[in-house]
Amino acid sequence: MKKLFLSIFLFTGALVQNVQLLAQEPQSEFVPVTEIPASEQLPSAPLVIAAYAFVWLAFAVYVWMMWRKLGKVEQELGALSAQISKPRTARSDGIRP
Amino acid sequence: MRKAFVPLLAVAGFIFMTAPILVTRAPYESTMGLVQKIFYFHMPPAMLMLLSAIFCGIISAIELIRKRPVYDWIAYAAAELTVLYGALAMVTGPLWARKAWGVWWVWDPRLTMSLLLWMVFVSYLLLRRYGGPGSETLAAGLAVFGMATSPFVYLSVNIWRTIHPLTTVVPTLPVDFALPLWYAFTGFLLLYIALMTLRVRIEEQRALVDQLYLESEE
Repeated sequence: MKKLFLSIFLFTGALVQNVQLLAQEPQSEFVPVTEIPASEQLPSAPLVIAAYAFVWLAFAVYVWMMWRKLGKVEQELGALSAQISKPRTARSDGIRP
Repeated sequence: MRKAFVPLLAVAGFIFMTAPILVTRAPYESTMGLVQKIFYFHMPPAMLMLLSAIFCGIISAIELIRKRPVYDWIAYAAAELTVLYGALAMVTGPLWARKAWGVWWVWDPRLTMSLLLWMVFVSYLLLRRYGGPGSETLAAGLAVFGMATSPFVYLSVNIWRTIHPLTTVVPTLPVDFALPLWYAFTGFLLLYIALMTLRVRIEEQRALVDQLYLESEE
C-alpha cells in the first residue's frame, strides 16, 4: 500500500514539473551580447583562495607524513639499539649471550 | 643543520601567513584582474621545482661517481621535493588558467614539458620504492635525465608558440608585483630547505637502522 502511494506521489510530482516546463514560453530568437552578464561570470576569489588553501594543505600533509615517518624510524632505531646493547652488557658480566 | 629545522619551519610559516597581506595590497594586473594573484603561489613552487630537479640531477651525478650514501639521501630528498613542488605548480596553474584562459589545461609546450618533468621525478620515486636493490643507481641516472629536461621547460615559452606568460615577465615586474612575489618565494625556499633537512635525517636514520639490523644478525 505504501509503495502504491509513493508511486502515485512521484508520478504526480513528475507530471506537475513537466506541465510547468511546458507552460514556459519557448525561445523564439537568440539575442547576441558583447559581454557576459556578471551573474554568469566565473568568480576569481574562490580560485585564488583554493590555490592558497591547497598550498597550505599540501605542506601540512607532507610535514605530518614526514614527522610520522621520522618518529617510526627513531622508535625502530631505539628498539634495535637496546636489543644489541643487551647481549653486550651480558657479555661484560661474564654471561654468554 | 638539523637544529635549523624548527626555526626554518617557523619563519616559513610566518611568511606563508603574512604573504596574503602583501598579495592583497599588490595592484591588479590589467587583463587578468584578481585571478592573477595566484601567480604569487604558482611561480615560486614552479621555479623551485626546476631548481630542485637540477639540484637532484647534480647530486645524483656526483653520487654515480663517488658512491657515498649521503649523496643518495640528498638526491632522494630533492626528488621527493621536486614532486611536491611540482604538484603545487600543477594544481595552482590550472586554477589560474581556468579563469585567465577559460580552460583548466591546454597542451601547451610549457605545461606539457612541466608535466613530463614532474612524471620523470614521480618515476624516480616509484623506482626507489619498488625497484629493489640497485635501484638507487638507476634512479640517479633518471635524475640526470630529469635535470637535462629542466632548461627546456624554462625556455619552452621562448622557443615555441605558447599562451603561457614569457620568461621576460618576472625580470621586468614592477616593484609592487615583485615585492610579494619574492617574499612568497623566500617562504617557499625556506620551507624547501627545512623539508630537505627533515627528509635527509629520515634517510640517515633509516640507513642506521639497516646497519643495526646487519649487526644484530652477525
